[in-house]
Amino acid sequence: MIRFDRVAKRYPPGLDALSDLSFEVEEREMVVVNGHSGAGKSTLLKLIAAVEKPTAGAVLVGGQNVGGLARAALPYLRRRIGMVFQDQKLLFDRNVFENVMLPLAIAGFPPREAAQRVRAALDKVGLASREKALPVMLSGGEQQRLAIARAVVNRPSLLLADEPTAHLDSETAADVARIFHEFHYVGVTILIATYANELFSGARRLQLDHGRLLP
Amino acid sequence: MKVWLAHHAAAFRLALRRLTAAPVNSLLSLLAVGVALALPAGGQMLLANALHLAGTTSAVPQISIFMASNAERKAAAEIESRLGRYGGVKNVQFLPREETLARMKANTGLRDVIEVLPGNPFPDAFVVTATDDRPEAMEKLAVEFRRWPKVEHVQLDSAWVRRLDALLKLGRTAVALLGVLLGAGLIAISFSIIRMQVLTHRAEIEVSQLLGATDGFIQRPFLYYGVLLGLGGGIVAWLLVGAAALWLRAPLGELVRLYDLTLVLQALDVRDSALLLGFAAGLGWLGAMISLRQHLKQS
Ligand SMILES: Nc1ncnc2c1ncn2[C@@H]1O[C@H](COP(=O)(O)OP(=O)(O)OP(=O)(O)O)[C@@H](O)[C@H]1O
Ligand SMILES: [Mg+2]
Repeated sequence: MIRFDRVAKRYPPGLDALSDLSFEVEEREMVVVNGHSGAGKSTLLKLIAAVEKPTAGAVLVGGQNVGGLARAALPYLRRRIGMVFQDQKLLFDRNVFENVMLPLAIAGFPPREAAQRVRAALDKVGLASREKALPVMLSGGEQQRLAIARAVVNRPSLLLADEPTAHLDSETAADVARIFHEFHYVGVTILIATYANELFSGARRLQLDHGRLLP
Repeated sequence: MKVWLAHHAAAFRLALRRLTAAPVNSLLSLLAVGVALALPAGGQMLLANALHLAGTTSAVPQISIFMASNAERKAAAEIESRLGRYGGVKNVQFLPREETLARMKANTGLRDVIEVLPGNPFPDAFVVTATDDRPEAMEKLAVEFRRWPKVEHVQLDSAWVRRLDALLKLGRTAVALLGVLLGAGLIAISFSIIRMQVLTHRAEIEVSQLLGATDGFIQRPFLYYGVLLGLGGGIVAWLLVGAAALWLRAPLGELVRLYDLTLVLQALDVRDSALLLGFAAGLGWLGAMISLRQHLKQS
């Protein structure tokens, strides 16, 4: 499903975030990316969704070299991937329902079917009763779950989550982790950057250190 | 098709929501666009009225011949028979001074003035049309008539029509120039307003791109915003011009009455109104498009 082939990423002016990185993720696999702050976890996830482009090597997603995609082709790659961003990137002037609706509107879903899917996704993360609330009215954990609902509403086959349980108490974090396990159970390929390994027992671990993969 | 319509409707609603979210801002923007458009639109309104006026006024050039006020009726009769025989004269109408006096007295404003004057201030007069009514030929006739005995004054009545024609040509050029200039101004206004909009919604644009939005999807609500801005500004301009027409109607009507003409100033007709609104919407769209292209190219 995903293959990194001797990938390097250097940010200007000359900081090597990732170097000589090679690994593979099978379909339906759940993988946890570990590493200290600044190790390159977020960069790794961004390369998969072509938010950043590698400075060397190839990133293949479903056999497609996403680093070489033309700008016009990027939207169609991203629609197949669900992403939970480290800074969540919720839209604060739109309510819960509208935030989750956005990926479906972008993908051109018929409105009625889209509304059903939005309700199903919100139900899944336990926000069904908060449809009309604005993100600022939600707690940190609820915002985290809203971001997850938005990532999965499209029913992507690949889910990338960047520290989805950061800043959550252990009980809420366990709730969130359970949602990921459910998606894994139904066959979604999942990559999670996190420090909280204990929440994702059973997942394969990739250990990053200063942009390099530890054996 | 239905889905496509639904998505356009959603983009349109979003644009409307953004427009009404900051009502003071939006009103001032509409006013700026409206005032910019009102100038060429107002020019076109005046021009259309002037064209109408010129069209309804007889453009057949005439020569008026006024006898000296001390001339006897015999002298007038002499001139009349000379005119009848003169080659190049097509038609002669005699206006006896008594008739002119009676006609002028019918005008209430002038009656008081005329009453205090001793005797009849008006001379006998003729109105002559020529077989050849080109300006040079008419001028030659006038020169000839001026030499005839007891003729005090000869006037070419077509002169003002020709002057009006030249003025209208100038007016049309001026309106076109104004239209181009302020049309460019409108594009600039739309450009910078949409730029502000884009900057306010930068987060939303970024998130949409991360979630797989095409440029078309991102542009859509902003383009609708530009169209609404232009259209709203066009309506403001239309109202401004309509109000000006109503306001100027009475004084302008009075002014042209002094020239024996009637004019009821009309607001923009259907064709010009449609043109105004169409152009306004189109230019609003264009300004938005340029603005978006510039922004999306950078990201
Ligand atoms: N846009 C950028 N421009 C320049 N440098 C960047 C950029 N993004 C990340 N970096 C640098 O690249 C390195 C790796 O960053 P990355 O965000 O991938 O780390 P991380 O493992 O996600 O850290 P954290 O756990 O703190 O989120 C860091 O040293 C960071 O400063
Ligand atoms: Mg990170």
